[in-house]
Amino acid sequence: MDSTQSFQVSNRGPSSGARLVFFVVLSVLLMFVDARFRYLESARSALSVLVLPVQRLATLPLTLLQGAGDFFVTQSSLLDEKTTLQRQHELDAVQLLQQQSILQENQQLRRMMVLQKRDLYTAQVAEIVYAERDVFSRKVLINKGSAANVRSGQVVMDDKGIVGQITRVYPWLSEVTLVTEKDHAVPVQVLRNGLRSVAFGAGDTSQLSLRYMPVSTDIQNGDILVTSGIDGLYPPGIPVARVEKIERDAAYPFAHIDCLPLGGVDKYRLLLVLSSTPKQTERPEPDHPKIRKTGVH
Amino acid sequence: MPFNDQLQPEILRPVSNLFIATSIIGALLLNALPWQGLWLTLRPDFVAVALLYWCTNKPLRIGIGLSWAIGILADVGDASLFGQHALAYTVLAFGGVVLSRRIRMFDLREQTSQVLGILLSTYAVYAIVHWQVNGQVVWSYFLGCVTSTLLWIPLSFLFQSMRQMRVDRE
Repeated sequence: MDSTQSFQVSNRGPSSGARLVFFVVLSVLLMFVDARFRYLESARSALSVLVLPVQRLATLPLTLLQGAGDFFVTQSSLLDEKTTLQRQHELDAVQLLQQQSILQENQQLRRMMVLQKRDLYTAQVAEIVYAERDVFSRKVLINKGSAANVRSGQVVMDDKGIVGQITRVYPWLSEVTLVTEKDHAVPVQVLRNGLRSVAFGAGDTSQLSLRYMPVSTDIQNGDILVTSGIDGLYPPGIPVARVEKIERDAAYPFAHIDCLPLGGVDKYRLLLVLSSTPKQTERPEPDHPKIRKTGVH
Repeated sequence: MPFNDQLQPEILRPVSNLFIATSIIGALLLNALPWQGLWLTLRPDFVAVALLYWCTNKPLRIGIGLSWAIGILADVGDASLFGQHALAYTVLAFGGVVLSRRIRMFDLREQTSQVLGILLSTYAVYAIVHWQVNGQVVWSYFLGCVTSTLLWIPLSFLFQSMRQMRVDRE
């Protein structure tokens, strides 16, 4: 075999071994650059234009099937749905009016207290195109991209709570990392007593966990966790999860706390992308020892 | 052995580039179907099996470089690390090209064991990269390797018979 291969070298370019080494090194370099520096996002979005038609074509039958199903809905179910929606709408309208007056009042109060006006978030609706086909990661792709002014880092939620965060933006698509992705962190606060913590995604299961909470911490089953807003990325007060299970074992320094996300992380097709991340006041410069020496007059 | 008769026909018509391209785009399409849950775990890697078929049967046409490029496309489609699929498919193509003569000599049953080895190393490369980057190994991922190997049998039948049909039509 060796002899035939060395014969091939003369007329067919480098041997397979040389090619293997070349492309392996190239791949490893690419992966290193991609993982460490994220320089390749533009190349990725350029190539996505090639791949996108194939992906759209693949999801087309399912979309058509769903469309056909929608078409054959019976009239009675439509009528039922209409009445319930109307009732819901009336209820909501009352609440909306109340909320608007409260919002006004709140802003006035804040102005009086010379507090910084809290940023108002506007949201745009996006539809999930498909869930990521990687068994390892918990991500979905939505149909709004940089063409619709979506930026990396924006928060994605539904009507019940936080769902995830935009992590990568293509021209017409963007990738949402769900809160249940392993090690994805959301700064939270317990609604009942204001206790601050950070909720981490658990990876394999659709759960979140609170880490580094002392055994004696004041948390109960059923406590609602909302975003604390102190990271400057998530707007404060949005529901994140409900505490489901607490294990306090005195042998370990930290309690083991499992929570279930309140947002439909694995359920719905429509999501809201909050369209702006608030500007955060700049972090003060850390005291530099040199400056401290010379700066004191 | 019935397998043997099917697999070693007298003349196979030269394969057109269009046929190869169509089969690989079709495989990309099948990979892109909205698989979920258990089906995603059990999904064979259609692109890998199609590439392996062409690397063993037409090693001078589809080689390591093209497989690498298709791997890059797969990376974009799957939003995996840039080069992760490319690395795996490079290893796959190398296995296919180096073992191509041996695999073409074998009947289907013996081929399957060779193919399992090549696919296993491909899946292992992908999993090792994931383990290095994310620090976890998902063992159920390797189930896809077994289904991919099982896919080799119908797929090579299909391609072989399609190449024969072209001869009959003449």
